[in-house]
Amino acid sequence: MAANGAFGRVLVGVKRVIDYAVKVRVKPDKSGVETVNVKHSLNPFCEIAVEEAVRMKEAGLATEVVAVCVGPKKAQENIRSALAMGADRGIHIETDEEVAPLNVARILAEVAKAEEPSMFILGKQAIDDDSNQTGQLLGGFLGWPQGTMASKIEPVSDTAVHVTREIDGGLETLELSLPAVVTADLRLNKPRFAALPNIMKAKRKKIDAKTPADFGVDMASSLQTLEVNEPPVREAGIMVGSVDELVEKLKGDGLI
Amino acid sequence: MLKEAVARFAAEEVAPKVAAMEANEALEPAIIDGMFEMGLMGVEVPEEHGGAGMSFTAACLAIEELAKVDAGVSVTCDVQNTLVCNTFLNFASDEMKAEYLPRLTSDTLAAFCLSEASCGSDAFALKTTAIADGDDYVLNGEKMWITNAKEAGLFVVYANVNPTAGYKGITAFVVERDAPGLSVGNTIPKLGLRSSSTCPVVLEDVRVSKSAILGEEGLGYKYSIETLNEGRIGIAAQMVGIAQGAFDAAMEYVFERKAFGKPVGEFDSMRAEYASISCQIAAARLLTYEAARRKEHGLPFVKHAAQAKYVAAQAAEATTSKAIEWAGGVGFAREYPMEKRWRDSKIGAIYEGTNLIQLQTIAKLVASEYK
Repeated sequence: MAANGAFGRVLVGVKRVIDYAVKVRVKPDKSGVETVNVKHSLNPFCEIAVEEAVRMKEAGLATEVVAVCVGPKKAQENIRSALAMGADRGIHIETDEEVAPLNVARILAEVAKAEEPSMFILGKQAIDDDSNQTGQLLGGFLGWPQGTMASKIEPVSDTAVHVTREIDGGLETLELSLPAVVTADLRLNKPRFAALPNIMKAKRKKIDAKTPADFGVDMASSLQTLEVNEPPVREAGIMVGSVDELVEKLKGDGLI
Repeated sequence: MLKEAVARFAAEEVAPKVAAMEANEALEPAIIDGMFEMGLMGVEVPEEHGGAGMSFTAACLAIEELAKVDAGVSVTCDVQNTLVCNTFLNFASDEMKAEYLPRLTSDTLAAFCLSEASCGSDAFALKTTAIADGDDYVLNGEKMWITNAKEAGLFVVYANVNPTAGYKGITAFVVERDAPGLSVGNTIPKLGLRSSSTCPVVLEDVRVSKSAILGEEGLGYKYSIETLNEGRIGIAAQMVGIAQGAFDAAMEYVFERKAFGKPVGEFDSMRAEYASISCQIAAARLLTYEAARRKEHGLPFVKHAAQAKYVAAQAAEATTSKAIEWAGGVGFAREYPMEKRWRDSKIGAIYEGTNLIQLQTIAKLVASEYK
């Protein structure tokens, strides 16, 4: 078991994404999806990460939870949501450029070096690009052990945690020595609703404003999006009369 | 953030329980607990007393979001905030605030007991008496139509300490549920708002000390008028929520349901109907939040509050009625929430000031602008 406050400061990465309930539309010029006047929210997996960190503080394991976000000016609302859930302060690295995993991981690594947390918890992926890379890259840049797709985090001692990961074959449990990077999967926890008094308190919590340049990072991406398309419209199926006919058709289409 | 948080709470914690609450005609206790945990029961109460320290408009927004999902849950929250908590905030002594507000914001539901069987609109003809006896008062009477009564731990009771003085004797008393002589009758089965408890509250020689008086003796009528003038805006917000919830559900349906080869929402006659209804909802919403804004800024708002409630109640009734038609058979079936909303909306024309009383109030104030 870990002593009171043994985990000290915990950092949580949060991202502003299009709300999960929105019907996403591709822009006419196919350069991306429509984001203007579209509802945005805190990435659901990031919320789970915030919830886990706040629970660690409530359990007396962590002493401070810091929400870190790379994103546009409006992302401040999403950092406030994290504060309303119980994070103590925020760091907003403001940029209007595309928020890509490699550059975000570079920035977060610098933030981690400055803040010296015992843990950096991120959502396993963002629901806009579904990259599932930032946590892993961050671990690499910092040279820290990583437990990704976590469905459970348990303290083992003051300096180690057990992370249970959901993998294709089932559940895998790793022991990580701290400091470590953990990415949150769906079943890690159920995030709380922000209670009204906490929403008020969140307005008074501090958010530090930074830029990527402050961390020596250029947000220009090494990847260029060529085209974004809607999924193809599903074509009507063909009715066949018998199994033999089905086999004929599949052979004829070169599928078997 | 507030709207989002309440909307999520309503969608995740309230929505799944609506059908059962409707069938049982009772509020799910977990929802009351949830509202306390969310800080929804003391939106305007200062943080020092356990509240959220937010504005009246914030309270209206919360009431609206809840009403989009269940009007009964919404009124439970509305009464606690705009009638009970605000009576304490506006008129109670500092000692009383310190004693009761922490309970009202954390775990004690309360009821506002003004109406009686023989007097609703004519509230100040109330017959409940509070006769002085040494340092105590003895309360006798029967209150009727009391919202939250079944679950309430605290009752704000309006009683007359001096019946010969007419309304000038009306005084507000704070009475605990376990006070000997206080009993709550069975929930009255209703057309709508079935999840909200509405009961008679009987006071039989209920003895309370002088310190149970909220504010000053004889000012009860003033307190309740002023409280209800504001509370009316909360009800308007509830009606806007009922209308909006019905509209959103119906509009989703009309673009899915097809007839004659296209979604029913694409036919011209349908378009005319939902366009018109959208205007009514927009008007109701603007009147409501304008009244709230005026109240917050200390501007005269009684006329605006009455107009808002009057228009919003009508908008709710019209919208919910049309929503049933637009959804056809599905709208008529009890399995779906359309018909429930129509039944819920009817109360808007009745409580916290009937439609006809609103029109009287508005007429008086409008006329005074011209005379």
